Amino acid sequence: MTPIVTVAAKEFRDGLRNRWVLSIAIIFAVLATGLAYFGSAAAGQVGFTSLSTTIISLASLAVFIIPLIALMLAYDGIVGEDESGTLLLLLTYPLSRWQLLCGKMLGHGAIMAFSTLIGFGSAALIMGLFAPDISWSELVIPFSLFILSAVLLGWIFIAFAYVISVSVTEKSKAAGLALIVWFLFVLVFDLGLLGLLVGTQGDVDAELFPYLLLLNPTDIFRLVNITYFADQQLSGLMAIAEHVRLSTTTLLASLLVWLSVPVVLALALFNRRAL
Amino acid sequence: MMNIVELVGVEKRYQNVRALAPLDLVLQEGEVLGLFGHNGAGKTTTIKLILGLIKASAGSVRVFGQDPTLSESRRERQQLGFLQENVSFYDQLTGLEVLRYFARLKDIKVSECHRLLDQVGLKAAAGRRVKTYSKGMRQRLGLAQALLGNPKLLLLDEPTVGLDPLATQDFYHRIAQLKEQGCTVVLCSHVLPGVEKYIDRAVVMGKGAVLAQGSLNDLRHQAELPLTLNVKGLGLNIPESLQSRATILEDGVSMHLSLQEKMPTMQYMLAQAGVTDIDLHLPSLEDLYTHYTRTCVGSELEDVL
Repeated sequence: MTPIVTVAAKEFRDGLRNRWVLSIAIIFAVLATGLAYFGSAAAGQVGFTSLSTTIISLASLAVFIIPLIALMLAYDGIVGEDESGTLLLLLTYPLSRWQLLCGKMLGHGAIMAFSTLIGFGSAALIMGLFAPDISWSELVIPFSLFILSAVLLGWIFIAFAYVISVSVTEKSKAAGLALIVWFLFVLVFDLGLLGLLVGTQGDVDAELFPYLLLLNPTDIFRLVNITYFADQQLSGLMAIAEHVRLSTTTLLASLLVWLSVPVVLALALFNRRAL
Repeated sequence: MMNIVELVGVEKRYQNVRALAPLDLVLQEGEVLGLFGHNGAGKTTTIKLILGLIKASAGSVRVFGQDPTLSESRRERQQLGFLQENVSFYDQLTGLEVLRYFARLKDIKVSECHRLLDQVGLKAAAGRRVKTYSKGMRQRLGLAQALLGNPKLLLLDEPTVGLDPLATQDFYHRIAQLKEQGCTVVLCSHVLPGVEKYIDRAVVMGKGAVLAQGSLNDLRHQAELPLTLNVKGLGLNIPESLQSRATILEDGVSMHLSLQEKMPTMQYMLAQAGVTDIDLHLPSLEDLYTHYTRTCVGSELEDVL
């Protein structure tokens, strides 16, 4: 077995053992089924709502929670090993730094992917079985797209967590930075964009604005899921993307770009980390 | 014999702060070296240089004949065992799982883990989580980890911390066995009680420089520390030259001697009829260590003044 697989397998087993996998899966499953069933409660109804409403509200909730979970899962990946002394030890073994880092990211990525699949997948199963108006055929594609983009979003923030983890020397500092990263991408960026829109009184090229959304992976994630239901009225910040409809492929590709940047950055920073 | 480790004029600087003065050190196959010094004396820096974890600022480092920082020499690490100070293994795993993980990384048969755990006396605790281990048990797990795959070069930082006297003895026996098999060992410590018998050579470091190196006998000669001769008996005569350095006790006399005075004085004392008992204390490793490091701290004070 190559060292990457060994490290990844250990990381994944740790995730199973300390209940990360189980907790994430349960959170996602409850979130999705809950939204599907009680999504229209505000309108005075209880029962499964339409698929588009469910996925769109699920996307706007998941966009807060997935980055947070990913950052919490992985922020101490390297700095934690450093603090307990095992990092130094591991680097005296016949494996290189990039192999160790890739193994750890792969392990955490697998935890994220597996629990997302199980969590949202079981919600999809429940909807398919019990929701009267939703057929399997219309369920499969949007839910697969949702799960795929959710996994990518999780991976991106795991990679962010590793960028943090390889650049600091204390676990507490890594936790603080992770919180700041979450705050910036999930809250501040959108507020800033709205501010820009209001401040310029819409006097900015309408063609440009949708592309600004590509600067934030959480917005791309929401766009992926919203634009699938093209007939839906876009609301809030997402409405500015109406002028330029980006294709799902473009959006997924830009998520992949967003994934590769922090991965490469983490590898470069880890290679220069002093021991 | 092959030189396992070769440091020639090795220097290490961190942003103009010198962590290691030019250092020369050669270790041969089957040699056991004691590396002694305070915290910050340069021990850990030396170890890290040998492990290839850091690059030397000047000079050359050769381990198994290769530069350990190169990626080509990564394979050589299979022949290398290391245990650093204060390592805390994955608490949520069992002792056996921890060892298996490291064995896989070293590409060693997982079946060897049971044998090693047995050897370090952790057989009964192999299935328990490391979280429940005492400090001594963690240390023994660390040793088992370092011994994976019969290393040719073993670097141990504070290996006996937390071990009870019995386990310490076991550990030294194991080192002696490894030495027999041709393993080169570096023991790194402040001071290791009882280690004298097991090391071929000692290096005392301070402030990033070697203060003294050689066999314990060499060091004793260099240090010229007095040895103590205790003689019991009544009505003893003391040689005139030693009068000022002798303390009269209730049942005998205690004298501080130089190495040269040892034999004549012993003969002189033994020739007397009243002698009932005699014993001789050579300066211990601890005395030597204190002697060499004190000179180092002393010169530092002079620098300040």
